[in-house]
Amino acid sequence: MLSALTQLLVFQLAGEVLARGLNLPVPGPVLGMLFLFVTLLLRGGPDESLQSTSSGLLQHLSLLFVPAGTGIMIHLHRVADEWLPLLVSLVVSTLATLVVTAGVMRLCQRRLPAGEEAS
Amino acid sequence: MNPQFNEIWVYLSASPLLGLTVTLLAYQAAFWLYRRSGMNPLANPVLIAVVILVLFLTLTATTYETYFAGAQFVHFLLGPATVALAVPLYQHLRRVRSMLWPVIAGLVAGSLTAALSAVAIAAVFGASEPVQRSLAPKSVTTPIAMGIAERIGGIPSLTAVLVIVTGILGAVGARHVFDAMKLRDPAIRGFAIGVASHGIGTARAFQVSEQAGAFAALAMGLNGALTALLLPLVMAWLH
Repeated sequence: MLSALTQLLVFQLAGEVLARGLNLPVPGPVLGMLFLFVTLLLRGGPDESLQSTSSGLLQHLSLLFVPAGTGIMIHLHRVADEWLPLLVSLVVSTLATLVVTAGVMRLCQRRLPAGEEAS
Repeated sequence: MNPQFNEIWVYLSASPLLGLTVTLLAYQAAFWLYRRSGMNPLANPVLIAVVILVLFLTLTATTYETYFAGAQFVHFLLGPATVALAVPLYQHLRRVRSMLWPVIAGLVAGSLTAALSAVAIAAVFGASEPVQRSLAPKSVTTPIAMGIAERIGGIPSLTAVLVIVTGILGAVGARHVFDAMKLRDPAIRGFAIGVASHGIGTARAFQVSEQAGAFAALAMGLNGALTALLLPLVMAWLH
C-alpha cells in the first residue's frame, strides 16, 4: 500500500512539475494519470499493491468531494441571490450533457459496422 | 457549558483533528444511509455528508477556514485518486479501443454542451458575470474546475460547490435519462455520466458496474483535459 501510494504521488508530482514548468493548461494530476497509464502499457499492467490501493481509493471517491462541497457555507448569500439562474442552468445543462454525449456516441457506434476495430 | 469541556472545545476547534474526524464521521453516516436506502441515487452520500457538516459547523459556530484546516487532508487525496484512475482505464483498454470514434465524438459534443449550455442558460436567466464564469467548468472534476475558474475570471470556491451539485444531479438523473433513451450499453452510460458529472458520477457508475465506472473515469479524465484546454479560448472568444 505504501509503495503504491508513493507511486501515485510521484506520478502526480511529475505531472505537476511538467504542467507548471511548461505552463500547460492541463492540471498536474491529469498529466500524472496519463504518465501512469503509459507506464502501465509499458509494464503490462499494475502490480497487486497498486491494484488494491487504487481500487480502495476509487471506491470512496465520493468522500474526497465532501470538504469542497461543504464550501457552500461561504457562498450561501450568492446562491440565495442567484438561485434561479443557477438551478435552471445546472439542471438543464447537466441533463442536456447526458443526452448529447450518450446520443452522439450511440449514433457514431451505429454508423460503424459492428465488429470493426478502430485502433 | 462546563468550563472543562469549554477548554477542551477551544483546543479541539483550533486543531485539524476535528475537521478531519467530523468529515469522516459525516461521510460514514451518509454512506450508511445510502446503503440503507438500497443505493438510491437521491440519498447521495456527498449531499448527505455536506448537509450534516454544514449543520454541525453552523451550530458550533465553526468557520469554514477552521474546518478546512483539517478537511484538507481528505481534499488532498483528490490528486492521487485522479492519478489512480489510470488503473481501471488500463483494465478496460480493449473495450475503449473498440469504441475510439464514439468516445472522441461523444467527448467533444458533451464537453461543449456542458460548458456552453450552462453559461447560456445562466445568462438568459440573468446571472451575474462572475457566476456565469464560475458555472462554465461545472462538469469538470473539482481540482481541474477550480483551476479553470481562476483562469477565466470565475470564483474558484463557488465553482467547487457548483461542481459538486452538478455531480449529484448527474448521479441522480442519469438512470432516468438513459432509461428514457432506452440505452443499455454500460460503456456509453458510464462515459456520458463521466462527461456530465465527473467524479461523483464516476463514483456512482463504479457502484453500478465496473465497466461503467472505467468508462466514466476515462470520460472524466478526458473531459477535464479537454475543458482545461478549450474553455479559456472559448470564453475569451465569447467576450
